[in-house]
Order: sequence, then C-alpha cells, then structure tokens
Amino acid sequence: MRRTDTMFTPRGWLWFLAVGAVLAIGVPLLNALPASSALQLPDYLVPLLGKYACYALLALALDLVWGYAGILSLGHGAFFALGGYAMGMYLMRQIGTRGVYRDPILPDFMVFLNWKQLPWYWYGFDHFAFAMVMVVLVPGVLAFVFGWFAFRSRVTGVYLSIITQALTYALWLAFFRNDMGFGGNNGLTDFKDVLGFDLHAPATRRGLYVASVIALGLGYLACRFITRSKLGRLLLALRDAESRVRFLGYSVDYAKLFTFTASAVLAGIAGALYVPQVGIINPSEFSPGNSIEIAIWVAVGGRGTLLGALIGAVVVNFAKTWLTGSMPEAWLFVLGALFILVTLAFPQGILGLAGKLRLRPRPPPPAPVPGEEGAP
Amino acid sequence: MTDAAYADALLYLDGVTVSFDGFRALNNLSLLVERGEIRSVIGPNGAGKTTMMDVITGKTRPDSGTVLFDGGTDLTRLDEAAIANLGIGRKFQKPTVFQNLSVFENLELAQKCPRGILRTLGAALSGRQREEIAETIRMIGLAGRERVAAGALSHGQKQWLEIGMLLIQDQRLLLLDEPVAGMTDRETEATAELVLSLAGSRTVIVVEHDMEFVRSLNARVTVLHEGSVLADGSIDHVQSQPAVIEVYLGR
Amino acid sequence: MTRFLHVLLLALLALAPLSGAARAADLKDLVGQLASDDFDSKIAAIRALGALGDGRAVPVLKALEDGALYTTTDHKLVVAEPDDDKYKLYDPVDRAALGEATDDAIDKVRVNNRMRSEIDAALGSLTLVGGRPQDRLAAAQEALKHPLAERNDALQKAYAAEHDPQVKAALGLALAAARLRAGTREQRLAAVNTLASSTDPQIRSLLIDQRDASDDPEIKHAIDTALGSINGRLRLIGVAVTFFEGISLGSILLLAAIGLAITFGVMGVINMAHGEMIMLGAYTTFVVQQLFRAFLPPQWFDAYLVAAVPAAFLVTGAIGVALERGIIRFLYGRSLETLLATWGVSLMLQQLVRTIFGAPNKEVSNPSWMTGGFELIGGATITWNRIAILVFCFVVLGVLALVLRRTTFGLHMRAVTQNREMSAAMGIRTAAVDALTFGLGSGIAGMAGVALSQIGNVSPNLGTIYIVDSFMVVVFGGVGSLFGTLAGAMTLGIVNKLLEPVAGAVLGKVVVLVAIILFIQKRPRGLFALKGRAAES
Repeated sequence: MRRTDTMFTPRGWLWFLAVGAVLAIGVPLLNALPASSALQLPDYLVPLLGKYACYALLALALDLVWGYAGILSLGHGAFFALGGYAMGMYLMRQIGTRGVYRDPILPDFMVFLNWKQLPWYWYGFDHFAFAMVMVVLVPGVLAFVFGWFAFRSRVTGVYLSIITQALTYALWLAFFRNDMGFGGNNGLTDFKDVLGFDLHAPATRRGLYVASVIALGLGYLACRFITRSKLGRLLLALRDAESRVRFLGYSVDYAKLFTFTASAVLAGIAGALYVPQVGIINPSEFSPGNSIEIAIWVAVGGRGTLLGALIGAVVVNFAKTWLTGSMPEAWLFVLGALFILVTLAFPQGILGLAGKLRLRPRPPPPAPVPGEEGAP
Repeated sequence: MTDAAYADALLYLDGVTVSFDGFRALNNLSLLVERGEIRSVIGPNGAGKTTMMDVITGKTRPDSGTVLFDGGTDLTRLDEAAIANLGIGRKFQKPTVFQNLSVFENLELAQKCPRGILRTLGAALSGRQREEIAETIRMIGLAGRERVAAGALSHGQKQWLEIGMLLIQDQRLLLLDEPVAGMTDRETEATAELVLSLAGSRTVIVVEHDMEFVRSLNARVTVLHEGSVLADGSIDHVQSQPAVIEVYLGR
Repeated sequence: MTRFLHVLLLALLALAPLSGAARAADLKDLVGQLASDDFDSKIAAIRALGALGDGRAVPVLKALEDGALYTTTDHKLVVAEPDDDKYKLYDPVDRAALGEATDDAIDKVRVNNRMRSEIDAALGSLTLVGGRPQDRLAAAQEALKHPLAERNDALQKAYAAEHDPQVKAALGLALAAARLRAGTREQRLAAVNTLASSTDPQIRSLLIDQRDASDDPEIKHAIDTALGSINGRLRLIGVAVTFFEGISLGSILLLAAIGLAITFGVMGVINMAHGEMIMLGAYTTFVVQQLFRAFLPPQWFDAYLVAAVPAAFLVTGAIGVALERGIIRFLYGRSLETLLATWGVSLMLQQLVRTIFGAPNKEVSNPSWMTGGFELIGGATITWNRIAILVFCFVVLGVLALVLRRTTFGLHMRAVTQNREMSAAMGIRTAAVDALTFGLGSGIAGMAGVALSQIGNVSPNLGTIYIVDSFMVVVFGGVGSLFGTLAGAMTLGIVNKLLEPVAGAVLGKVVVLVAIILFIQKRPRGLFALKGRAAES
C-alpha cells in the first residue's frame, strides 16, 4: 500500500492535470495557429518557454536537496551541464557529413584539432537510447560517488556547499580544455537534428517543448512522491536535527545520498532537454555563478515547497530575459539585490509572502536554519 | 576479563578513555549495567557523563577501552544508526525533537520498523502502528495535540515527546540525559513513575542532577568524577562517602 | 699566410718567458699591427694581445672598440679625441700627447663585428689576470661562453695564478671547456671530469655536442657519466626552482586567503564577496596610480604602491564594515543565507566596478624597484615582484598575528568568538567588535588586491578567480587557525607547481581541487583542526 493517495487531494490532482494540460497542449496549439491569427504564439517563444520548463525542473531538483534535506548544493549547474553534454554528444554525432569538414565520424572540432580517431568515451553516443542512459547515468554516478564520500565523512552545511562549488569549478576548468574532447571553449553546437527531426523546424521545437513540460510534470510528481513519503519527513527531520535521526537508527548518509543522487539525475535530464532547444552547450554552463543562481530561483519562489521552485525559476528567468534585453547593465544589480532581499526580508519567498497575505490557506512550514548542525 | 564478568551484563564498559586535546573527558572508566536494571549516574559538571553517553551511542570513539553490548557486540566499531538498531535509545540533555514535524510524525519516525531508506520511500502505516502511536500520545499526555508542530510545544511537553519517541522505538537500553531538567515538580514525579514502570522490561541509565528525582528512582547510583567512577552503590551509601561529599561540597 | 705566421709567432711569444723589454717591444709591434688594412691581420693582432697577458693592451683594445683609434697619414697608430674642430692625439699605449691633427689627417681604424667579439674575448683574457675579482669572474664566464683555442694558454696561466676560489673554479671550467674542444686525448678526458661538476646548461650542451662528435668510446663513456651527474644536479635545481615558484604561488594564495581566514575562520561568516574585496583593492591601487600620475612629479611615481596599501586597506575595510552592519549581522547563525546574500553583494560590486571603470582590463604598472629580477644558476629567473609579494605576505601575516595576540582589539575579538554572551556581559561592545573584525578581514583582502594588481590583470572579474582557491586554502588548512592557513596556502602552492609540468596548468589545478575535495572528506576540519566538544558547538 503506497502513499500515493496522500500525494494530492482530489482537488490537487485536478489542478495539477489542468495546469499541465494547458501548458502541454495549449501552448503548441496556439503556436500552430496560422500567423495571421491574433492568438498565434510567435515561434521564438516556444523554445523560450521550453527553456523555462528546463530551468523549472532544475530548480525542482535543487529544492529537493536544499529545501527538504538542507543540503545547499552548488553543484547542480554541473549536473545540469553534464546531462546537457551527454545530449550534445548525441546531437554532434547526428551531424555526420553535414559538418564543415564533412567527416562522417569526427565532429568538426576534432578534425580541426587534427584528431584522427574518436575518443573512446564518444563511442555509443550515436545511439539515442545510449545517450539517454548517459544523461541519467553520468550526473547520477558523479553525485553518488561524490555524495558517498561527502556524507559518510559528515561534511555538512557550508562545508558541503563549498566543496560542491569546488567540484563545479574543477569541471568548469576541465571542460575549457581542448584535449578533454568536448569542444573546449566553444563547446558543442551547430546541431542539425534529433531523432531525424530538423531542430529548426517549428514542429520539432513544439515537440521538444512538450517533452520538457512532460518531464517537468513527471519530475514534479517524483519529487512530490518523495517529499510526501516517510522519507520526506525523514529529510525534514534530519534538516532540523541530524544527529537525532542517527540515534533513531536511520542512516542519515543513505537518506542524503539517495536524495542527492535523485536530484542530480533530475538536473541532468533538465540539461539534456535544454541543449537541443538552445542549440549549444559550452563550459560556461559549469560556471560556479550559474549554480548559485539556481539557489536564488528556489529562494525567490519559496524553498521547501516544490511549487515555489517552479514559480521562482520562471519568474526570475522571465525577469532575466526581459532585463538583459532592455537594460543589460541593470540585470546583475537586480539579481544581486534579489539575493540580498530574499535572504534578509523574504526568507520564504513568493509562496511565503502569498501565505502571509492569506492567499493560501496553509503557509509552508517556516524554513529553519538548514544544515547548521555539525558545521563549526 | 572473563566471559563470566559480563555474561549477565547488558552493557559493559572497561578501561574506556577519551581525550580531547589532552583533556581526559573519560579516564579509564569501567561500568557494568545488568539487564532490566535502572541505574542513576550522577557527578559534577565535566565529570564525563555526557561523554560516556556519546561513547555508548557511537557519537564519540574512545581512544582505548572496551564497550560491549548484550554479551559481546563491540559498540566501538559501529556508527550511531547501527547502535540504535541494536536496541539502544537516547534522550538528549537538551530536548531534541523535530521542530517542523508534528507530534504524530515525530513518533511515526521513531516507531520501531525497518530503517532502510528505500523502504521509507514506500512505507505506509498499518492500523496497528497507528494505534500504537495514538496509545503513546495518550501516555505522554499529548492527546489532542497530534497535529501540532513539535516546535510549538512547551519545554516539558518536548521532554515528554522525546521520552515517548524512546518508548515507541522499543529499545532495550534507554539512556536518559537529564530527563527532568526544566520540568515542574508534578511532571518530575510523573516522569519518575514512568521510568520506574519500565524496570524489568527495559534497562535504563539516567543521568540527572536532581537529587530528589534520583532518590525517588531508588536505584543503584554511580558517581562519576573526572572521567572515572568515584563511588557506586545505593543513594544513601554514596552520599555518605567522604570522597563524594568532598567533590560535591568541598571545593 | 701572414696570418698563420703571426699566430705561430704569437703563440711562441706567449709560451716563452719574456723579459720586460722584449714584452714592451712585442706590445708595440702588435699594437702597430692594428693599423693594418687587413681584417685578418688585425684580428690576429687582437688575439695576440689577448694572449700576451699584458695589462697595457687593455686601453688600446678599449679604444679600438670605442672607435677612438686612428691612423695618421704616416701610418702611426694614435688615440684621437675630438677637441673643438680638431683632434688631440695620444699614444695608445702610454698616452703620451702627440699633438693635434685635423679631421682629414687621420683615419679611423675600422672595426667589424667579428673583430668586436675578438676584442671582447681578448679583453676577457686580459682581465683574467689583471682585473678586480668580479671582473676576473666575468671574464672567466665570458671565456666559457666564447671559447677560443688561442686563449687556452692565457686561461691556464690565469688559472695557475688565481687565488680567489670562486674565480678559480670558473677559470677551471672555462679551461676544461676549451681543452675539451681542442686538447689532447688525456686533456679531454681530464676536462670531462672537471666539467662534470658544473650545472651550466651551456656546458651540458657542449658535452652533448662533443659526445656526438667523438668517435672515442672512452671519451663518449666519460661524457655520458659527466652528463648523468650534471643532469642530476640540474634536476635538483629544477626542483628547487619549482619549490620557489610554489612558495611564490603559495604567498599569493595566502594573501588572498588571510582575510577569509578572519571572516570565515574566526567569525564563521561565509563571505562570497571576499573576492570582490580583493578586486576593489586592486582598483584602489589603479586609482592611486592615476592620481600619482596626474598630480605628483614623476620621480614620486614609484611611491604610489606604498600609498596604495593603506588606501586599499581603508577603502575595502570601510566597505567591509558597511557590509557587516548592513547585511551580515542580520544573518548570524544562518551560514547558507549569508553565502547567498554575500554572493548577491559580489554580483553588485562587480557590476558597479564595470559601470564605473568599464569592463576591459586596467593596466597597473610595477614601480621601477619591482621590475626585473635576478638570474639563478641553471638559467631560471626570479622576478622582484614575486619576492616583494612574498615579503609583503609575511609582513601582513606577522602584523595580523600581532594584532590578534597583543592588542586589546585582538583580545576582544577572540573573546567574542569564544563566548559572545560572556563578552557582552563583561562590557565588550560585541557589535562593534563584529563590525571591526569583518572590516579587518575585508581590509586585508584589499591589501591582497594591491599585491595581485602587480602580477596580473585588474578586471572586474579579478575576485572570482581567487574566491574558490581562497576557500580551499582556509578549509584545507583548518578553519580558525592562521598557521593552518599558512600551511594550507604553501602546500597548495607547491603541489600546484609540482603538478604543472606533469599535468599542465589547468589539469594540475583540477587535480588539486579533486584532491582537496577528497582530503576534506577524510579530515573535514582541515589540517590543523580544533578538536573536542568546543569545536562541535
């Protein structure tokens, strides 16, 4: 007997399905209208919305570890990028002879570097299924191995944040190198098609958008399932009093490891969906700043609520799209101010604020000081 | 050290030493607690009471010495969770409950059941388990407050909730670190009754400063001082020991 | 043919013990030969003068090199010095005045490049015996650089006469190098043994050349043995240089991290804007430099760096105090929130600097006393700015240690760190101590920025380069221990430099980061950690 019955109230399910249907069906339909129609959604908006969906999934992943288990990972940008690179490698192999150098096997940048042979770690990426397994496996295994060491040695709180940032920084430096075999500074780009569909065709873009929304919906259900299970309560418990959980006989390390790995996998999937929609993946996705920015999406929406992460990711990224377009100078000031404002004045974010204004019947539990325990 | 020496013992400590940067928190401590026994441990601040509990529960590893549980399990090799799963429960000096979970959820997490992480993912409460939780809530006097967040309880209620969590964990050895600190007299009395009712079925080690409470338990008393045992016996016996008087009053 | 005869004659001259009179005569003859029109015979004369070992030839050769040597219409050689529109003439050897001449009455002795190097070599040979010890040493090294068979005897004489051990060793090497090129088999074998004690890369390549050119197996073998020992020593020197580079990098890391050791280590505050404090320190340096350029006479310019240090300390210290009062004090005990808020501050500071100064790099020049460097044996160079930073870093560390241990402020700071309530109860104004401590940490970061402006680009992103490294240093060394920070920075610096030749700069850094990540998991509290209950609370 599983606890799926308590994941949502019947009304909750209704809301979830309704919003999901509007996003997954309504948007592509509006886009497919003839251009003359007043209701037609312009083509450029579809991948943009798809990108937001990927960001929302990424935010969801971070909220699971940060909002619930109290682990502020500054490595989620890296998991996202790794998933993206796995996808990018598949897309690279799909280019085939349509590259500048028309090499059937080697991607352009390898020909340019005078490589004669595909490196072994590129084998298999011409198969979609293999690439998808890697999308899950690479971030998942990295998170598992890293978490295995970190949680067992009880690295917690800011220490954990700092070493996840160091991990991201190390990957960032490494991926800039040409001899890593991932295209160096330029990364992977010039993709042509995915599964035989032209990436620039509006229909393919609609398809990718729908895939992103469905992934987001499934990711939300998965997170909801975890947080509503006894494990979810265990995570909240260890966020508050880690050693007490140990004395109850639970393995805190495994609980964290499971959550961290699951979260990294979600981040990797988000990255894989992101790449074909933006058409490029390069090392800047690993930049430590990107990973911290995810935390601000979650904080703005309201951490430890899942829904808040979704809202925060969309709101902040919409503001970013808008501001970097109209006032690029101002964006970093706004982002910086957001960091300060949210931590100082609105620790519970938009949802907390809404709760205070009684727009929601039950505000989320007050976010305590996560991850303080054990850190000197 | 022969088998006979600790065949009946539930907990056996021998020559346990713990030092922090040269300061010896425990100094060659030896202690034997029998099954079903209630044992009071007293001692001035810094005598090593809390460190002793840390060693038993796996929070601190001793520099040297033997810590055996239930006829031979070496506790110094296990981590906290494994020790808890052997049947050793602990109540902290400062009441430690999960502030953001409700009373019911606190007890649900503590309840005896498989502790595997993946099993918690699919766990659901059976009717019997719900009943047991309800029973415990009544026992600790929190009926009607199941849905209240533990952080909103009074100090005494938190103490009781934590004791309730220990009971529902169904442990064989309970370590209570100052269970009546901050309680009213009436609450203290009720706690003493509760602890006494456990005698025989569980083994309890109580660390307490409140001499009235210790007296009311009427149990064997071990006095710690500077990390080792100073005196041992009935409360009247240890209170008449000149060494104990000196430690408590002399300086 | 004439040349050959001259050489033969002069070699004989050099070998034979000569009476003073004979020498003077030869000197005059040889000097006279410089008047020849034939470059070959001039060169032979120069060589012979060098081999003669007579110090009086020195001013002649110098005059020749400076173009002050002329021939008169009657083919006499003179030194001519311009005097109004005429020339005063002197005897080149004894400088006796020989009257005056007009421009068209004298002809300059022409010198070509080949002659110039011969002159240098000859002067070198002459200095071998005559000059001051440092001149003799330079001459010996010069002889090693440009070996000439003709000079062997001069070298040998100089070697026999030399008393200064350093010069004698250098002469020995030069002699051996010369003999290895053109000696008898026994001389060559002995020379190889002498050369084996050297560390000079030139000698190493000389030996390699000679081995490859030689057919004699014994000589080949001897040279191989010698090369083995030279290579061994060169490796050792290489390691020493690497260590110095490591310590230099360590000092930079240390400077960047000391401020963090205060704010993170002592106060427990995660200041992600720490890198921006460094950046602001560097920009303060830039501004001070521009002010010096604009308002002070140029000879004062070198002092700008001295003025920049307190300026950077005050500017970033003040910003630090403002940051603590405005944001951080509301977040004590909430480290993760502090991390996010200070990251926000860092973004704003970067954008602010970009708005004011523009995104491109600003150029900060080294004062003259920090430019250049000195050469080590084995050809490595150590620059003055690296040494200055090393010294500066230890001065900062030392002063900081004194402030913490010996001043009332330091006492208050430590008291507040250990027990806030008790400190407050004893009348310490904890809020002010917090603000000042944070200001101190930030101010030190600013001073680090002054140093970093001397070795790299000053750009708005300067801080982001150092922030992760700084945290790694503090965490690796052990939080709360200045000594740990020192040890952490030096270890990381040296390990980084040791790895660089093996793995390359970037990969080396990645390896170090991964190693630290693993290390922290093994010892979560770093190298020099506090233990016990106090450390856990």
